Amino acid sequence: MADTITKNKVGFDIEKVRKEFPLLSREMNGKPLVFLDSAASSQKPQVLLDSIEHYYKHLHSNVHRGVYQLSQEATNAHEHGRKQIQQFINAASDKEIIFVRGTTEGINLVASSYGRKFLKEGDEVLVSAMEHHSNIVPWQLACEQAGAHLKVIPINDKGELLMDELDELLTERTKIVSLVHVSNALGTINPVKEVIAKAHAKGIPVLVDGAQAIPHMKIDVQELDADFYVFSGHKMFGPTGIGILYGKEKWLNEMPPYHGGGEMIKTVTFEKTTYNELPFKFEAGTPDIEGSIGIGVAAEYIQQIGQEAIAQYEHELLEYATAQLSQIEGIRFVGTADNKASVISFLIDGTHPYDVGTILDKLGIAVRTGHHCTQPLMDRFDIPGTVRASFAFYNNKEDIDRLVEGVKKAASMLR
Amino acid sequence: MTINEIQDEIIDDFSMFGDWMEKYEYIIDLGKTLPIIDEQYKDEDHLIKGCQSKVWLHADKQGNKVVFTADSDAIITKGIISLLVKVLSEQNPEAVKDADLYFIDKIGLKEHLSPTRSNGLVSMVKQMKLYGLALTQAQ
Repeated sequence: MADTITKNKVGFDIEKVRKEFPLLSREMNGKPLVFLDSAASSQKPQVLLDSIEHYYKHLHSNVHRGVYQLSQEATNAHEHGRKQIQQFINAASDKEIIFVRGTTEGINLVASSYGRKFLKEGDEVLVSAMEHHSNIVPWQLACEQAGAHLKVIPINDKGELLMDELDELLTERTKIVSLVHVSNALGTINPVKEVIAKAHAKGIPVLVDGAQAIPHMKIDVQELDADFYVFSGHKMFGPTGIGILYGKEKWLNEMPPYHGGGEMIKTVTFEKTTYNELPFKFEAGTPDIEGSIGIGVAAEYIQQIGQEAIAQYEHELLEYATAQLSQIEGIRFVGTADNKASVISFLIDGTHPYDVGTILDKLGIAVRTGHHCTQPLMDRFDIPGTVRASFAFYNNKEDIDRLVEGVKKAASMLR
Repeated sequence: MTINEIQDEIIDDFSMFGDWMEKYEYIIDLGKTLPIIDEQYKDEDHLIKGCQSKVWLHADKQGNKVVFTADSDAIITKGIISLLVKVLSEQNPEAVKDADLYFIDKIGLKEHLSPTRSNGLVSMVKQMKLYGLALTQAQ
């Protein structure tokens, strides 16, 4: 199996790619770092670091404001980032690409703005049992304000949506469905296209939380027919502090602004303010310019490696890791969906995730432990949390071998 | 023994460990071998909820001393708890309130008492000192 990976024609040179991520050459607790927490935040390629440095050295000034050449150049770079993202997810127009701080802010924006306009007393918002807290709490706030109710699509023991239940949950009271594309805790890839089709058949829009999907697969928002698609820069090898809210123009036009301030206005008097057009209506204040440039660079970098090659390679890593870890006595996988991204959540009988994570850290292996900001999901499985290893295309077979060895060591110490 | 005498003794014990593994094996052993709280106190009222692990803490006043018992669902956390209990239990409340817990840093376990670690230990120490304060005032 190990040989299959190295021999397989994955379309990119893994060792060369690893060298493009400076942080991966660090040592941790005296051992070469094995970074298996990309689902929390991914590492950054040199090309991104160079672009940020270039921006501050040569382009920095405020955007959309100055009549001078430098401001024009900064504006061009900022707007180029938007166009790169438009192309990356195949949006119909760059007006549909809103720069936000991250997935969390994107969902909050929609929950707040769409909620104010469209949610009324007795209405329902539909989420799933595997949502991250950031796709639960903003909707709870919006529901509370409107007197609406949050409904939940249940899942089976493998961590897959119960699609039959979905049909019954989509009613005339449902005003929006907000669903995670790839579960951060389980790795499940949800059939969002099918969910969207079912919701649209009843005239209900759908928001997709794409934070965990965007680094692993090609996203085409028009093909999915998503009404909103939200993701973060830092999980797709881009900078922290930047994210994208894609929204269909017709919805974004109907929704009221979220934040008020500079940039988002057309005219301001003390009596009445008129708002700017899309996308600026939703972008109050000076934007994260290094972020908008950086996320564009990251998108281009992913495309250069090749999204199909990435998906194929990560699938091989997932299968290899699952097979190797399965040999450990007393291991229990949490999230065994048929369709999975490269995330493995597990528990070792007789041990607590915190203890396993602590020992792995001492061995230079970075994994995530705990409830992964999905407490209702952990309650569903009646567990305190899991140990989660998540892979990106810069991980290799040796990383997985070190993980397996580390888990064995931890189990022998702890049991 | 005073709080600082116990701390110095623990530092001395830990100085004998050659590497991190021996140290953690010892902590894990402490965690495994010590039943340190009465089952009746492992309830919501005594629970300090960390993001990563749970901690239960009970304080009792016996004479002029405060007696702590505690537990955790994670074994490494439990091992560290048993050290904290060893240091702070059966001391007078004022000494608990004023204790400077330097031993944690000296034995290289500071990372476990970082607020970002969210294992319940920081809140537990805070809660122990609050008991110390409350019982000092009650005296």
